[in-house]
Amino acid sequence: MKLLRAILVRLMTMSVTLIGAAVVVFFVIRVVPGNPIAMMLPPGATEEDIARLTALYGLDKSIIEQFWIWLTGVVQGDFGTSISLRQPVMPLVLGRLPATLELAIFALVIAVVIGGALALTGVRHRETGTETAVDVANGVGLSIPDFLWALILIVLFGVLMPVFHISGRISPSLDLPFVTQFYVFESIARLRFDLWWDLLKHMFMPALALAIPLAAIISQLLKQSLKETMHLDYVTLARTKGYGENHVILSEALPNAVLPTLTLIGVQFTFLIGGTVIIERLFSYEGLGNMAIDAVINRDLPLIQGIVIVFALLFTIINLVVDMMYALLNPRLRHA
Amino acid sequence: MSAFLTVNNLSASLHGYDQRVLRSVSFSIDTGEVLGLVGESGAGKSMIGKAILGILPSAIDIVEGEILLDGQDLEKMKPADRRRLIGATAALIPQDPLTALNPSRRIEPQITNRLVDILGWTKANARVRALELLNEVHIDNPERVMASYPHELSGGMRQRVLIASAFAANPKLVVADEPTTALDVTVQKQILRLIRELQARHSTAMVFVTHDLGVVSKVCQRLSVLYGGKIVENSSVAEFFDGPKHAYSRALLAATPKYTDPEASLLPVDEAVIEAAAAEVLAADREWRHGG
Ligand SMILES: Nc1ncnc2c1ncn2[C@@H]1O[C@H](COP(=O)(O)OP(=O)(O)OP(=O)(O)O)[C@@H](O)[C@H]1O
Ligand SMILES: [Mg+2]
Repeated sequence: MKLLRAILVRLMTMSVTLIGAAVVVFFVIRVVPGNPIAMMLPPGATEEDIARLTALYGLDKSIIEQFWIWLTGVVQGDFGTSISLRQPVMPLVLGRLPATLELAIFALVIAVVIGGALALTGVRHRETGTETAVDVANGVGLSIPDFLWALILIVLFGVLMPVFHISGRISPSLDLPFVTQFYVFESIARLRFDLWWDLLKHMFMPALALAIPLAAIISQLLKQSLKETMHLDYVTLARTKGYGENHVILSEALPNAVLPTLTLIGVQFTFLIGGTVIIERLFSYEGLGNMAIDAVINRDLPLIQGIVIVFALLFTIINLVVDMMYALLNPRLRHA
Repeated sequence: MSAFLTVNNLSASLHGYDQRVLRSVSFSIDTGEVLGLVGESGAGKSMIGKAILGILPSAIDIVEGEILLDGQDLEKMKPADRRRLIGATAALIPQDPLTALNPSRRIEPQITNRLVDILGWTKANARVRALELLNEVHIDNPERVMASYPHELSGGMRQRVLIASAFAANPKLVVADEPTTALDVTVQKQILRLIRELQARHSTAMVFVTHDLGVVSKVCQRLSVLYGGKIVENSSVAEFFDGPKHAYSRALLAATPKYTDPEASLLPVDEAVIEAAAAEVLAADREWRHGG
């Protein structure tokens, strides 16, 4: 029953978070200056045209009324119609979400691999020049934000050594057999590795730009907790049994040292997803973040709301998954 | 009969410093014999145990002397061979059972991993052996304990598990570093009895580190008294309790609580004795520097 209660509490906090996000975004974007209708109409439109369109999108009503109308729609799964794209919001958002998810997941994988490898190398060769080198790499990775990494990578691998594509999600000349928007996953499922490779060459730089700062954070924290763990009695005891350094690090220390890092990755992953907004823009990657910027520029209120809700939902799901993994990996919580 | 463990003239110092933490330590232990290491906190008791088991902190260097385990000089061996030899013939019973078990692993692999990974037993055989040992340390439901995580067991249970784990590979030498100090008094007695029982049954050579001379009298045949990283006295237990040879040992014995005269045992160790012992250590150091 404890479990049931925990799930209920979880669902309630998730709902509160989502409602909070909905309320805040709804009111804030209506308070900031800028008129979506004016953006839609050609210069020289008459007052009547403006009034008619304003009424069409319900923007002539009071904010409270608008909120009520929007909320009753949302509850029924209707997020309204995009003002700039003149299509229902949800299909638009869900059509773009997979591109962003694939980018974020790829970035996360890169960050975990690089960060983990750096941490393990640093601990294996602790108190030597190698550890210092890892510390320096972490410092550099952390002190340069993702969008600057993006520019550096564009110069390096897009201009000086053009090995990766700097724009878009997939080469436009290719014939796409895809039925879902999860191109990377689908290309693997269809064994179309030509397409997969093209997708990767597009995703690599934006993903790496997003990954580097996270890799540095992971490396730093994991190395620190590994080093602390290496001094604990059970690690020393394992040494007396005849185990060497590698085994001791990987089998004795890592499973315990990884727990705090896991929590951190969860939090940082949500930041990484936030980072996709600007990174997708820089690489003209057709994901949700890129769409969000267009929506803001166009003052497309329903679309902004839809995107924010989806992002908020994503964040709460990530937190949930992290908590579940933590409980799964930590025997002390597993039976609690 | 030749000793299973011989420590000859062993000196260790903090990396980069002239100051020694172990000062020309020599002793040996025969199979089936228990040697007590006593001395005040910081005297270097644990350091000796760590040197024998190859787990000295990275900041401590062995600067001279030899450790012969089963006739083989540990310092002259390749690290991998040394680890294997120690893992196969020696074992540690640690001080704090609460921190000496890996919290994220079940008990079974923590007892059997040495057998399987280092000594090449099959998992099934190792499991049988682990159950046998848990019986030997008087654990009633060994199956359940093997499937448990450390946090599910009491301190006394964990120390039993660690003792079982130490004796799993039939070690020729066990280092017990204050194995009961972290336990409460009632459990201490049981654990002490258990260690003695297993040591006697397996005729294990044992280094028993303790502050408690009362325990030494019950568990050990011989003892070495350490002060400032130097052995000031090597005696049999009988000789020692009849009358310690060294002034510092006498002071140590005088400071040990006695039922017969609780007041006297509260007296602090005489300053002059401490100073004399310290002077002796420094003199030994001077001699060592000139000699080496
Ligand atoms: N990691 C380390 N680095 C440097 N010096 C150390 C380290 N560990 C211990 N020492 C020093 O070595 C000396 C011997 O320490 P040791 O742990 O062997 O003492 P002990 O006799 O076991 O004491 P206790 O009864 O408190 O356990 C001490 O003076 C201590 O300061
Ligand atoms: Mg000690």
